[in-house]
Amino acid sequence: MQLIFESLFNGVAIGSVLLVAALGLAIVFGLMGVINLAHGELMMLGAYSTYITQLIFKQVSFLKPFYDSYVIVAIGIAFLVSGTVGILLERTVIRRLYGSPLETLLATWGVSLILQQFVRSVPLAYGSGLVITLFFGLFAPLFISDDLLQGAKGKLIRASTWGFSALLGVATGGILSSLVSKLSRASARNVDVTAPSWMRGGIDFVGITFPKTRLLIILITLISVLVVIFFLDKTAWGMRIRAVTQNRSMSDCLGISTETVDIITFGIGSGLAGVAGVAVSLLGSVGPNVGGNYIVGCFMVVVLGGVGNLLGTILASFSIGIMTDLIGAGRLLTIWPEMPSPLYSTIDFFATTSMARVMIFALIVIFLQFRPTGMFPQKGRMVES
Amino acid sequence: MSIFSTKKSWINLTIWVLIIAFIIAAPSLLPVFRLNLLGRYLSLAIVALGVDLIWGFTGMLSLGQGIFFALGGYCAAMFLQLNSAGEFPNGIPEFFGLYGVEKLPFFWEPFKSSIFTLISIWLLPAIIAGLLGYLVFRNRIKGVYFSILTQAALLVFFNFFNGQQKLINGTNGLKTDVTQLFGQMVGSEIMQRWFFWISAVLVILAWFFARWIVRDRFGNVLIGIRDDEARVRFTGYNPVIFKTIIFSIAGGLAGISGALYTVQSGIVSPQFMTVPFSIEMVIWVAVGGRGTLLGAILGAVLINYAKSLVSEALPASWMFIQGGLFILVVTALPEGVLGWIRKDGPKKLLFLIGINKKLETYPSLEVNEQGEVKS
Amino acid sequence: MKLSKRIFAGLATASLAVTVTACGGSDSSGNFDDTVTVGILHSLSGTMAISESTLVDTEKMAIEEINAAGGVTVDGKSYKIEYIVEDGASDWPTFAEKSKKLIDQDGVPVVFGGWTSASRKAMLPVYESKDAFLYYPIQYEAQECSNNIFYTGATPNQQSEPATDFMYKRSPAAGGDFFLVGSDYVFPRTSNTITKAQVKQLGGKVVGEDYLPLGNTEVAPIISKIKVALPDGGIIINTLNGDQNVAFFKQIQDAGITPSNGYYVMNYSIAEEEISTIGPEFLEGHYGAWNYMMSIDTPASKKFAKSFKKRWGNDRVVADPQESAYNMVYLWKQAVEDAGTFDDNAVREALVGQTFDAPQGPVEVMPNHHLSQTVRIGEINSEGGFTILEETGVVEPQAWNQKHPSSKGFACDWTDPKKGEKYRL
Repeated sequence: MQLIFESLFNGVAIGSVLLVAALGLAIVFGLMGVINLAHGELMMLGAYSTYITQLIFKQVSFLKPFYDSYVIVAIGIAFLVSGTVGILLERTVIRRLYGSPLETLLATWGVSLILQQFVRSVPLAYGSGLVITLFFGLFAPLFISDDLLQGAKGKLIRASTWGFSALLGVATGGILSSLVSKLSRASARNVDVTAPSWMRGGIDFVGITFPKTRLLIILITLISVLVVIFFLDKTAWGMRIRAVTQNRSMSDCLGISTETVDIITFGIGSGLAGVAGVAVSLLGSVGPNVGGNYIVGCFMVVVLGGVGNLLGTILASFSIGIMTDLIGAGRLLTIWPEMPSPLYSTIDFFATTSMARVMIFALIVIFLQFRPTGMFPQKGRMVES
Repeated sequence: MSIFSTKKSWINLTIWVLIIAFIIAAPSLLPVFRLNLLGRYLSLAIVALGVDLIWGFTGMLSLGQGIFFALGGYCAAMFLQLNSAGEFPNGIPEFFGLYGVEKLPFFWEPFKSSIFTLISIWLLPAIIAGLLGYLVFRNRIKGVYFSILTQAALLVFFNFFNGQQKLINGTNGLKTDVTQLFGQMVGSEIMQRWFFWISAVLVILAWFFARWIVRDRFGNVLIGIRDDEARVRFTGYNPVIFKTIIFSIAGGLAGISGALYTVQSGIVSPQFMTVPFSIEMVIWVAVGGRGTLLGAILGAVLINYAKSLVSEALPASWMFIQGGLFILVVTALPEGVLGWIRKDGPKKLLFLIGINKKLETYPSLEVNEQGEVKS
Repeated sequence: MKLSKRIFAGLATASLAVTVTACGGSDSSGNFDDTVTVGILHSLSGTMAISESTLVDTEKMAIEEINAAGGVTVDGKSYKIEYIVEDGASDWPTFAEKSKKLIDQDGVPVVFGGWTSASRKAMLPVYESKDAFLYYPIQYEAQECSNNIFYTGATPNQQSEPATDFMYKRSPAAGGDFFLVGSDYVFPRTSNTITKAQVKQLGGKVVGEDYLPLGNTEVAPIISKIKVALPDGGIIINTLNGDQNVAFFKQIQDAGITPSNGYYVMNYSIAEEEISTIGPEFLEGHYGAWNYMMSIDTPASKKFAKSFKKRWGNDRVVADPQESAYNMVYLWKQAVEDAGTFDDNAVREALVGQTFDAPQGPVEVMPNHHLSQTVRIGEINSEGGFTILEETGVVEPQAWNQKHPSSKGFACDWTDPKKGEKYRL
């Protein structure tokens, strides 16, 4: 009993990392039919944001007393950073490729290469400055009344908001690099995020140790999922997003600005990648390749879960998580030691972390033979088109 | 229609003459090291042809061609290792000793035969590609779904080969440089020169083969599938069969390419099955010009040459350049360099910088982004 | 629309023009009769760049030191050493390709390079078929002895064997069961085969082993396995690679696998550099085994650390791989001077028997192209360094491990043409 319970917890723990990472990907895929290969790199940006936030809390004197809660601040910052970069990506690249998902795939791969090399060759302080510039440059016009943005004067105002944002960015970069020396030099070295002391260690309950970081990640995932569900189901923009997901041209006809819907969805999807980055940074090290390690797992979730259905994404994540633990940790063998010997040796062969992946992929391909469009396929005619 | 009647053919002919002249002159012009590189890039051009067939012509973006590429390489390397294993303990390749293996794993046995190896280099990848393809296409999985499934398959093969030390030497891969073939060391200069010629000849043969496939009705069906699969199905063709066949042909080409690449680089390892390498294959085709077979060849050779030159001078900047290439080609040059030249790209460039005057026609038509006439 | 498209294309081309500092020759001035160019081949991009760039830094420093002291003197002529740095890009076939370039095109007399075993295995046939010479500075699994490679890192009997012995006999977990964790590649697998044989000889028990695929950081299944296999503490031998260690140590601490609960981890791939990345708070109380540790309290060791910090920045640390890289440049210089030529074959002969007063203490080149070195066991302390607990005398290298079932009773000797790569003792 205890064994099963522990296994279940482990599976949920692995699955929730997958879920929070795949959530943004699945939403964007559901809406635009676009797979964002730079999703992993957006996660990486989230992870680096956590690192930078941690350093700032450590170095800046008036923030020091709040060091223990930096993780919570980091979640917000990571969401904004990845969301901003995501929106920029949508505005500059993806929007041009609307209707050709394969080209988008390639272009976003290009973006992911550039982002990876960017964090290697550009000092983090100036990287953050650039993100700040983008953030204010992109969002400032939203707070200026439309009348001012018309005509020649409008152009001037737009230009000056960008100029102001650039100044702000340079200033941030300069301040950060002088405050925190670790951020002032470019480095390909992996960095480390240390969880505050209250999050370290585990909680013992019915003879099982529950690591606190894992519990926190499950909590982050749970909250993200709930917020996304609330947003999609209860808000006006959520309704518009669902409408566009179901029928883009009809929604367009009904006066929904599909362009804005695209921006919002992509921004949220990318922001969620940032949140996933925070979760991932708590588990391992932060480096240019951190996103790439998770991305294929996310794809598997999307393929298994089906398009445009959050329930599918959730179930797929947890089933992959539980399978990973059952097969990879050799738990099947402990639970049922007297199974027939050919089966035993087969399962034993796959009872390592690398072979478990092979097994899970095989199972997914078999599953797709029966349910080609995942657990919860989209109904209606649009599936064929 | 005579071959030389169209402009397109003239461009093709010029490029072909240049290529063949270059290939003939290369061994006397280039130092051994560069010649060897060129030979390897020529072998990569073969896998690029396969990618072009499935992506450029049939519209299926496979991110897993590395699987078939590596399989071909492994077939060749297993043969070469066995061929020169006589002097080692137990008569099996040396690395087995590291892991305490004394008996040759069963699947190595047939690779003692050179004929079996020559066949399996292309047939084995083709069969696996066909099988994998059939299972996927049968369920009408396509588009992005197909792409990420192939990528996942790639990762699975990578994990498998990487983890099986006792069967195929895991991460280390199999080396071929110091093995023997026809009494010569494979890494020796004379053998490498031969491999260069074989690669050059096979690229040209592969081009003829690919061209033969796409020029008739078969090719038309492929293009039909790319442009609207549902209509092809309604017309009475079964797209599954066509897709499976072309995917397995591409797999076979990848296998040949991998085998040639392996003997020229001296090693086959699971690194051939990493994600970036397989996506790179697509970018060669994209830059050269998809849907143009010549473009695939040019793209593979030129980009790899550029890569080796850039990484010698500025190692860190290659990632930026490559990333930029992906974005640039997809957004600004969707038809690749060759497609751009064929579609009067250079002339338009002249207009842009103002050297040539644009001809005004009346009545002028307003054209939207998709190239359709606005009404 | 049109305009923005053009601007965008412009931006994209601009990204092509971004340049990053290139590498070039050294630039110390002085009066030299001639120059000699050597090759340096490590990953400057990709996943391994993090580790391998430190070796490039060290090798450059050693070359600069030699040049500042008058260069290499051959036949009465003084040569200034210049270098060409090539990027292996963390990709094993690229290592082979760049080796060919350095040998064929640049004609360098020697290449210093490599980190991973896979990259060495990829390069080895190139050097053998072209009869060139590679100097390889990393502790590795041995079971190899090439006439064309000079290995300055530790062999298993100079690292893992004394370490296993220490863990089983004298550590706080003495007599406990073993669990072996590693990344999925050749070094951990071979090293663990040796450890298993050794533990059996010592009378201990290995209760489990698992390997994490390179690049994967999901260690939860391994932790479950450890907790099942070692419910009440024991010895964990860790050969995980680079950043996988971060995930591993963060998560085992949360799962209660800590020294205070009786779990002691012995690490073969964690040096000062890695400790600072992982964070000493996760590693305190665990162990490491190396030939060189920064905390060695000798003038040579302090001078090495000091000059490295002076050259590359005060926050930098030195560790065992760097020390090996440093030694090999000096040993090459000595061998060339003794041979009186840069010719490979003469240098190879002159190399065996060379001694050098290295930062770790005296080292000597043995006939099997490996170094005899001192082994140290250290406990990781809260400052991010090692507290040295034990120090062996000088240990001779075994290219063919005497505990590994496949190589027991074999040795390597390149000074005797009848013995060569692998002969029966």
